[in-house]
Amino acid sequence: MADPLLAVEHLSRRFGGLSAVNDVSLAAEEGRITALIGPNGAGKTTLFALIAGFLKPSGGTIRYRGEDVTGEAPHRMARRGIARTFQVVQPFAGLTVHENILVGAHLRHPQREAALAAAAQVGRDLNLGAMLERPADTLTVAGRKRLELAKALATEPKLLLLDEVLAGLNPSEIRDIVPVIRALCRRGITILMIEHVMQAVMSLAEHVFVLAEGRIIAAGSPAQVAADPHVVEAYLGHGAAARLGGRAHDK
Amino acid sequence: MKGLVPVLAVVAVLAAVPLAGVSNVTLNFLVVALMTALAGQGWNVLGGYGGQYSFGHAAFFGTGAYITAVLQVRYGINAWLAFGLGIVGGALLGAVVGGLTFRSGLRGSYFALVTLAIAEVLRISASVAPITGAGVGTLVKLDLHVAALQFQSRAAFYWTILALVAVALIVTRQIERSRFGVWLIAVRENEDAATALGVNATAIKLAAMVISGAITAAAGCFYVQYFLFIDSGLAYGSWISIEALLTPIIGGAGTVFGPLVGALLVRGLGEGARMVTGGEAPGVDLVVYGCVLVLIIWLAPRGLIGALAQLRGRLKRPAPLVEAGHG
Amino acid sequence: MLSPSILIAAIVNGLLTGAVYALVALGLTLIYGVLHIINFAHGTLLTAAMFAAYFAYRLLGIDPYAAVFVLAPAFFAVGYALQRFVIGPASHGDDRNMLLVTLGLAVVIENALLFAFRADTRTIDLPYAFDGIDLGFAFLPLPRLIGFGAVFAVALVLWLIMNATDTGRAIRAVAKEKLGAELAGIEVAHIYAVTFGLGTACVAIAACLLIPSYYVNPAAGNAFVLVAFTIVVLGGMGSVPGALVGGLVIGVVESLSSLFFGESLGQIGIFLLFIVVLLVRPSGLFGARA
Repeated sequence: MADPLLAVEHLSRRFGGLSAVNDVSLAAEEGRITALIGPNGAGKTTLFALIAGFLKPSGGTIRYRGEDVTGEAPHRMARRGIARTFQVVQPFAGLTVHENILVGAHLRHPQREAALAAAAQVGRDLNLGAMLERPADTLTVAGRKRLELAKALATEPKLLLLDEVLAGLNPSEIRDIVPVIRALCRRGITILMIEHVMQAVMSLAEHVFVLAEGRIIAAGSPAQVAADPHVVEAYLGHGAAARLGGRAHDK
Repeated sequence: MKGLVPVLAVVAVLAAVPLAGVSNVTLNFLVVALMTALAGQGWNVLGGYGGQYSFGHAAFFGTGAYITAVLQVRYGINAWLAFGLGIVGGALLGAVVGGLTFRSGLRGSYFALVTLAIAEVLRISASVAPITGAGVGTLVKLDLHVAALQFQSRAAFYWTILALVAVALIVTRQIERSRFGVWLIAVRENEDAATALGVNATAIKLAAMVISGAITAAAGCFYVQYFLFIDSGLAYGSWISIEALLTPIIGGAGTVFGPLVGALLVRGLGEGARMVTGGEAPGVDLVVYGCVLVLIIWLAPRGLIGALAQLRGRLKRPAPLVEAGHG
Repeated sequence: MLSPSILIAAIVNGLLTGAVYALVALGLTLIYGVLHIINFAHGTLLTAAMFAAYFAYRLLGIDPYAAVFVLAPAFFAVGYALQRFVIGPASHGDDRNMLLVTLGLAVVIENALLFAFRADTRTIDLPYAFDGIDLGFAFLPLPRLIGFGAVFAVALVLWLIMNATDTGRAIRAVAKEKLGAELAGIEVAHIYAVTFGLGTACVAIAACLLIPSYYVNPAAGNAFVLVAFTIVVLGGMGSVPGALVGGLVIGVVESLSSLFFGESLGQIGIFLLFIVVLLVRPSGLFGARA
């Protein structure tokens, strides 16, 4: 099997005495969707911040396309082809949707005309075509999520880090955006997504890592992970797996 | 190039003013207003477009002024060259200050404080250093020849400062339409988000500061040539730091014409206040400036131009549509 | 060379001056700790209070130390009103706007004072201004000694307010977590205004302590406020002990550098220190938030 596009090895990050991320190793295979799940406070967003360069690790390495990129500045990571979305979406206020995407498009297109065209295309790909000239802050939550995605996509990334892109969406909005994410994968973009919405994780992800209290406690296909008692305990508490297993046995 | 039409039109109209036979008093008022506008245009690049509020832009104004004055008076350097070097000096100071502050990650209040402190350090230094004439200041010899960048007619001074303002307008306009400008605005709105999209925020802010310093320094250089005198209070005093930020904020920060509109308005109000109090009241004009600043932030935070744009927008577009479902 | 007694005298003088610097800085750090903005109007409010103290003595014959009890509440009210009815509403909750609004206020106040009272420097002459303790190598004037003690008294009172009253607890809650405090029913606008009022009251007390041994003109406060900024940054934004210690340190630094380098350069020394601290360790010696 080829080298993974992204390989995180024994990554740690301490804040004072607290280990937010503790000896985490994971990999994202090229062209696939990998999911990172876990209860709240597990350290998922910290892990993203480390991978994208917003935080420097206390230990461990991050390898992208075989190269050691540990501790590189975020804008350089973006230039390498690693794009990330933020959990709390904040469009560039006062700018239109088109202008928002333009910021991302300019990474690969220094000339304004080309960048505008590229940005418009990305907008249309994500069903924002009709909104392009509207101020970004008039979008709904679902629209803003798509705009966040559009901005990141405009940088023409190879690896896309999605931080809870489905959070705050209602079921029909989720149903609409899942195929969009799958389409990105088909285009060759590798996706690593933090997600809480289990239905989406199960249907989208080919490989899942489970993070709890800063450590990886399980990894495998969605089905494997769902059946793992450690995972159940991480979400539902100590002894839950046994209780659930016992009840199922009784039935 | 068609984006420059409004700029060229405005400049053309302003250039025609002396030909319309206005009084020297009016012309003097306009010269000072344009000089204030130029200082504000410098601030606007860093503060309006970049969102980094400097409270010590006098540092650039004064440096440009002193370099121009001292090079002529003490080293006999040609006025035009000294002028150019003054602008370069402003740019260099911008690089140094920007390099120090942005590399340290200073933002917001801290950045405002540091710039304030730097202007103060320069002011105190200039008030004691022999090379700047210490407390007495530096006097540039009257030499009404073009070679010495001094003119017989006030109109010539007017056209000079107008030319500088025009250059700054064009530079601002070009920034707006360039990748640098888009990225600068993105850094202003959300630095982290911009960084995630590949923007080197530190480099962008530094570049903005260099440009900003050069433009405001040019205003200082002009001041020396017009008034032929500079001292530490005039060069580095808080009055110019305040005017440099006031004019874009009032006119419209982050717009091409904001500083110009703001300068005309602010200077106009100042003159008005002086006329009402019979010219005997020190500080009245600044009281007016301060009140206007507070009122503008309160009622029209995007400045006059921003307020006009909002009004026009509200008349053109229906109330913001909320996207329903797909869109 | 300099004899140790001159050095000690300079240090002692520095401590006495530093205490008043600390009081000014205390108000500033309190406001920053809660509202998270630098109050650029702080210096001009000090100047205004100094004028008030001056006129209280000149026109009404009120001793500055007695005036404290009148001016402190009065300026508390002024500060409260400014924050509640001008700064708060004008800023629309934006930090950058708050900076500008306080700057605008500073310009208005300073120049209104200039317009009203011209630029002349005024002083008052207290009959006991030259009484004091003679240590042989140094003479400690009574007013400055009172000032030194008063600062610690004020710090104590502030500490009591912060820790033993409901309002103080509310202030600390808002400083720590504004949204949470709001959800718990605390009216943030009111708390902001109370904090601003307390900061302004500190400045009024400092003014009364300064006026016996200092001069007043419309620019007087500015000299203090830049020093106060330095102290707040050095001691840590929002840290009360930091402001106290920082004030004393700065007082001594200024005194010593004036001794070695002369008055003006002494001032530059402080600003350079300020810039260096900001660049290297903006969170200061005691501070938490950067």
